[in-house]
Amino acid sequence: MDIPTLEQLNLSAAFPAISLALGTCLLLLVDLFLPKNRKYLTAWLALGGLAVSFIFNLFAYNSSTTALEGMFIADQFTGFSNIAVIVATAISILLSIDYLKRHQMERGEYYILLLFSATGAMFMAAANDLVVIFVALELLSIPLYIMAAFRPNDARSEESGMKYFILGAFSSAFLVYGAALIYGASGTTNLTEIFSSVEGILATQSASSLYLLAGTALLVVGLGFKVAVVPFHMWTPDVYEGAPTPVTAYMSVVAKLGGFASFLRVMIIALPALALPESTIAVWQTTLWLIAAATLILGNFVAIAQTNVKRMLAYSSIAHAGYILMAVAAAGTAGLGDSAAQAALIYLLAYTFTNLGAFAVAMVLEKTDGSNVTLDDFIGLSRRQPLLAFLMAFFMLSLIGIPTTSGFIGKWLVFQVTLEAGLIPLAIIGVLTSVVSAYYYVRIIVNMYLRENEAAVGDEGEALPGASQYVNWAIYASFAGTLILGLLPVLATNLVNTVNLATMFPR
Amino acid sequence: MENTGLSLTTVTLFLPMVGLTIIAGMALLDAEKNRENFKWVAFAFSILTFFASLLMWANYNSADPALQLVQRNDWLPQYGISYYVGIDGISLLLVLLTTVITPIAVFASFRSHVIHERGREALYYGFMLLLEWAMIGVFVAQDLVIFYIFWEVTLIPMYFMIGIWGSENRVYAAVKFFLYTMAGSILMLLAMLYVGTQAGTFALPEIVNAVQSGAVSFPFDGLFSTQSFLFLGFLIAFAIKVPLWPFHSWLPDAHVQAPTAGSVILAGVLLKMGTYGIVRFCLPLFPEASVAWAPVVGGLAVIGIIYGAWVSYAQVDMKKLVAYSSVSHMGFVVLGIFALNAQGLQGATLQMINHGISTGGLFLLVGMLYERRHTKLMAAYGGIWKALPLFGAISLIVSLSSMGLPGLNGFVGEFTILMGAFGSEVLGFFFALFATLGVILAAVYTLAMFQKVYLGELDKEENKHLEPMHWQEIAVLIPILVLIFWIGLQPVGFFNTMDTSTEAIVNYVQPHIDEIVVENAASVSEAP
Repeated sequence: MDIPTLEQLNLSAAFPAISLALGTCLLLLVDLFLPKNRKYLTAWLALGGLAVSFIFNLFAYNSSTTALEGMFIADQFTGFSNIAVIVATAISILLSIDYLKRHQMERGEYYILLLFSATGAMFMAAANDLVVIFVALELLSIPLYIMAAFRPNDARSEESGMKYFILGAFSSAFLVYGAALIYGASGTTNLTEIFSSVEGILATQSASSLYLLAGTALLVVGLGFKVAVVPFHMWTPDVYEGAPTPVTAYMSVVAKLGGFASFLRVMIIALPALALPESTIAVWQTTLWLIAAATLILGNFVAIAQTNVKRMLAYSSIAHAGYILMAVAAAGTAGLGDSAAQAALIYLLAYTFTNLGAFAVAMVLEKTDGSNVTLDDFIGLSRRQPLLAFLMAFFMLSLIGIPTTSGFIGKWLVFQVTLEAGLIPLAIIGVLTSVVSAYYYVRIIVNMYLRENEAAVGDEGEALPGASQYVNWAIYASFAGTLILGLLPVLATNLVNTVNLATMFPR
Repeated sequence: MENTGLSLTTVTLFLPMVGLTIIAGMALLDAEKNRENFKWVAFAFSILTFFASLLMWANYNSADPALQLVQRNDWLPQYGISYYVGIDGISLLLVLLTTVITPIAVFASFRSHVIHERGREALYYGFMLLLEWAMIGVFVAQDLVIFYIFWEVTLIPMYFMIGIWGSENRVYAAVKFFLYTMAGSILMLLAMLYVGTQAGTFALPEIVNAVQSGAVSFPFDGLFSTQSFLFLGFLIAFAIKVPLWPFHSWLPDAHVQAPTAGSVILAGVLLKMGTYGIVRFCLPLFPEASVAWAPVVGGLAVIGIIYGAWVSYAQVDMKKLVAYSSVSHMGFVVLGIFALNAQGLQGATLQMINHGISTGGLFLLVGMLYERRHTKLMAAYGGIWKALPLFGAISLIVSLSSMGLPGLNGFVGEFTILMGAFGSEVLGFFFALFATLGVILAAVYTLAMFQKVYLGELDKEENKHLEPMHWQEIAVLIPILVLIFWIGLQPVGFFNTMDTSTEAIVNYVQPHIDEIVVENAASVSEAP
């Protein structure tokens, strides 16, 4: 076997992810020389690293090429996912700076773990090989396990990390086993090559087609765990509740970004032809739409019962995974792969801004004694903090999917592609559960605006425990993203207009 | 693409938004110092919007059935969605209704106790303008998605208005209002997406043309087929808004809890969005389903007319009485629409305006009594005419207009609707007969209320020294009275404005009525 030259590796196409990985390693060194009381400098350097990666991403954005011997794809899909990951990571860093200081856990490693995890998400979005997906998934997850348990001497934080680690390791095993079975059937781990071998395998009607089927099922389990869809969602509420809030915000968004990006790549590039004879619909479509329906129903209904805001947002994030999964399921209909991928990507970006904003506001209300933010903490917020309450109300409306917010654009594109795929029952479940979701999101608005009279006397003007300039920047950025995407969705749709996963390699 | 330049429609639509921006700016600068100024900004911009809409009327050519004052710009070209606004006669009249009712509602809020007590003027008047923007948007939007955006946005300010400035049970009423209407409209979203995907565009005039020419067809095969489901998807959203019996249960709660101005806008304009939607979307897009379902919907409308009137009569709370009377009056509008002929549709359109004016007026009057006595129960009043003769006289006129006395506006609309229902090929005699019963019942409950509140002895001590009418209260009622007499005595101008537009919509449906008549005739001749 020849050793490939640098040119053959085509490293420049993978620069956005590689530069972030290198920058993070460098930061690991630099951090050693920063004095303990000035660890916030690490945060600024981390933001700088993200900026560099963002610029490389702009250069690579409209390319359509592979790198690292076909293991890595640089295309619009990768570019768009990278943007979402970078934005989410940057906002999470802004959220973290003061939070870490306030909770006495300011350590440089935190930002380094955050960046490693982001690198993992970027590699996941670009992976064209089951092995790369696995490695990237671990790179994404392992820092998250550590960060979830980052709060010292807090049993819930430790429980969160431990639980996430054990279940996460278990689900990775499913993923690897699935990859192994698919390798056994097709003789390759490369997504494109799997695609070209599927038809042959099905034609022979040998045991290989069963391996392929079983492997697909196990991949769905592994990735389903990462994005938290029913019935692989059990860990979510506990982990979200226990982890430090900025970490929760980060993982509710970036783990989903990475997970869904891989999900879409595997399903649309490698396995669209895994269908019964004479059928244009992939066999996994039914499974995915049932999972999506279960996720929507469970996530939305259980969220109603929550009074702890972090748990409520955890269930809401499960529900949103259900909406995105609707698009993935729709991709199983021949010819819809690309529009489904576009809808899912825009939904993910919309969700990124909105959800980070919601978590940021919840974080502002969080007291330092480690107690939970409950729905009651929002009572009378519109009086005490009119601007903050307005922004939170806007994020809630976006999570419901009311027009002029980004949430509406995402939902509408997802519903449209679901209808095009003929999954009408799923679409109806989707809209009806949206109404259910309105109930619990509106409760926060009710508490902020309509129940002000019940607020305890003396609450007026009370200092917000978690407020800081950086957090405000993060909230404003989330708001701007939510609003702009809602009013001018063309800005986002133009960024994904040539996403072509399904048509990249015509049959 | 045609007319990408700024049109008068856009100007009218976005004037409230300019006002909203100014209010937001003032609130951010110094909310405390500007407390008294917000209302003037809101009032000034709602009046400006009114003048702009008058300009629209002046520039509207009623002989031309095409869309006018059109503007169309790309919004999301890949998906066939554009910012597409324009008016026909029906839209124009409803825009005028909106721009008349909004300044009245704003001005009526000046003297409201609730707003003084709860404060937050910036939020209140900001929501008023946001609401006006969205309501005008609903009536001028010619693109399904744009329509849906405005439609949903109307929810938010109304929700807050009920929830923040409402009476005791406001949170319950606000949440019910929100969830109820959202549940309906989100199914409409699915139906819209389906229609838009099939047609390849979301521009309504283009889809209607494609449906008429047969380029796009939604398969129709009886009451339960693709077209019927789409029809129902739209209809249920609209029926909840109207509200058509049995989808009405949110309305009494919302009305009773809402502040006066909220009730005025809710009854005056928001309910009309439902009936307007039926005319604009259901009939042209799904003509066959409309014909097939007309007897069912017409039947619900008649039930609503009688049920609303009946329940009104049983009320002890004035606001609840007026709210249930809305169910009855809006039943007439739906009946007129599903008569599926020119008369019925014209009557329905005029009745939308009439109901907006009369019921808006009634809510204003109830609100003024409430400001004085802090109760809406009829039993607390009696003999008010003796205490406030001018107030009593105005109330009499508005009540008579609401129950449809000849010479006042209500009569013209209801009479035309009943004529339409009688002559209708799909509804016919019995529908009109029972609806006529509703007219009689309307007289019963309206006069009963008038008698209990205004006539009789002035026997309660608290009622003897009521504050006389303030000039602002009189000023707010003058436009209502003018319109009541104007439409009652000279309705021709209004009919002329919408003539060609209603004609066009009837023409979409007429061929399918003829088909059914031919089929029925054939089956009758086969039968023996």
